[in-house]
Amino acid sequence: MRGGRVALDNVTVQVARGAITGLLGPSGCGKTTLLRSIVGTQIVAGGSVMVLGSPAGSPELRHRVGYVTQDPTIYPDLRVVDNVRYFAALSGTDTHDVDEAISAVGMDDHRKALATNLSGGQRTRVSLACALVAHPDLLVLDEPTVGLDPVLRVELWDRFDRLARSGTTLVVSSHVMDEADHCEDLLLMRDGRVLAHSTPARLREDTGCQSLEEAFLFIIRRGTAARTA
Amino acid sequence: MSALTPRGYLATTARILRQLAGDHRSVAMILVAPSLIITLMYFMFSDVSEVPRPPGAPSPFNNACLIMLGVFPLIVMFLITSITMQRERVSGTLERILTTPLRRLDLLAAYGTAFSIAAAAQATLACVVSFWLLGLDTAGSPVWVVVIAIVNAVLGVGLGLLCSAFARTEFQAVQFMPLIIAPQLLLCGIIVPRALLPDWLQWISNVLPASYALEALQQVGAHPELTSIAVRDIAIVVGFAVLALGLAAATLRRRTP
Repeated sequence: MRGGRVALDNVTVQVARGAITGLLGPSGCGKTTLLRSIVGTQIVAGGSVMVLGSPAGSPELRHRVGYVTQDPTIYPDLRVVDNVRYFAALSGTDTHDVDEAISAVGMDDHRKALATNLSGGQRTRVSLACALVAHPDLLVLDEPTVGLDPVLRVELWDRFDRLARSGTTLVVSSHVMDEADHCEDLLLMRDGRVLAHSTPARLREDTGCQSLEEAFLFIIRRGTAARTA
Repeated sequence: MSALTPRGYLATTARILRQLAGDHRSVAMILVAPSLIITLMYFMFSDVSEVPRPPGAPSPFNNACLIMLGVFPLIVMFLITSITMQRERVSGTLERILTTPLRRLDLLAAYGTAFSIAAAAQATLACVVSFWLLGLDTAGSPVWVVVIAIVNAVLGVGLGLLCSAFARTEFQAVQFMPLIIAPQLLLCGIIVPRALLPDWLQWISNVLPASYALEALQQVGAHPELTSIAVRDIAIVVGFAVLALGLAAATLRRRTP
């Protein structure tokens, strides 16, 4: 339940460790609510959410789960480096990690800039750096690539790939279908329900569509046809 | 795990102070405004002070200056804290830092510490100006005046943190100032002595922290030694501050609908 209406209905999914799971669907379909439930900031009205073996939001998970909200949540009146340093201190990592996290999001040139003077996309990157610096086992990213330039988007997805290969579990939401190919696992959502839980390859095979955009449309049509039949 | 706790607290205190220090205009206003207004009062009372008064009675400036030294930290810290915290709630940074290992009490203690440091600087400057330049004279030690001013500031921080939970916007947060502070100032005995208030208003006055803060300042103004009433009053104000901080902690929820 979110804002007095049912945001997620009968969602049962399992997310693989050490892989990137993409959460795709139109805005308002419940992506953020699902992510918030995983992080443990959402009061879940019914059902259970287990993360890395503990109930979502348990104190022992606070070291292990990183969350990047859709709107950048950083302190605008602090410099980039101070923002990242603060989150590093909260999670107990070193200054060395701070520089690394800032480089990872391509903000080296803006280390000393006040966050308020940055563009929207740059702020999103700083927000991401604040999560990366904690080296979480599970990284939950809500539309991390919105408004980023294409080069940086590719770089970030490479980075996510590397993180996944080194054992980090990533759950990434997006409404850009061409990003789905970076994910090993796909969750297609609509109106608070999971329409499909698949892989990009299997989705193409099942639907016979080449682009994932078309495949998604195909599944929606099939779903509504089944319901009206 | 427990070793991390002071780190989160210290990092948060430093972060809040850094944010404050980055805002030069606010720092200037926090530091200078009380001193300027007390100076204004000094000139306001300069002719009145020449009027003969019964021997032993404090000068009107002394009285008013003591009141201002107590009231300023309360108002300023209430405002700063409620708006800063409200901002942190709305911007989503509060939700985010509560997903980290930071404990809620560490966060509140950090806010309390950071703003109390600001308040201490403010109170010290205002007291230095009042005692040295404007000739404020108290029977008790000026140190106690500073102490009470800082305790008032902590009370303001506690009330501000609590009220921020009930404000959805910064606009609403500012409106809480007259609602929370004005009745306390009206009923604390500055305008009408508490003994002359109707019974039911005396009862209300008895449960408002500013009544005790002002009484403590008046005790320090009139007696060379720290009286037991002053000690009790300071303890009560500290108690109110801790209560407000505790209630504020209850409003910091990690999970929201």
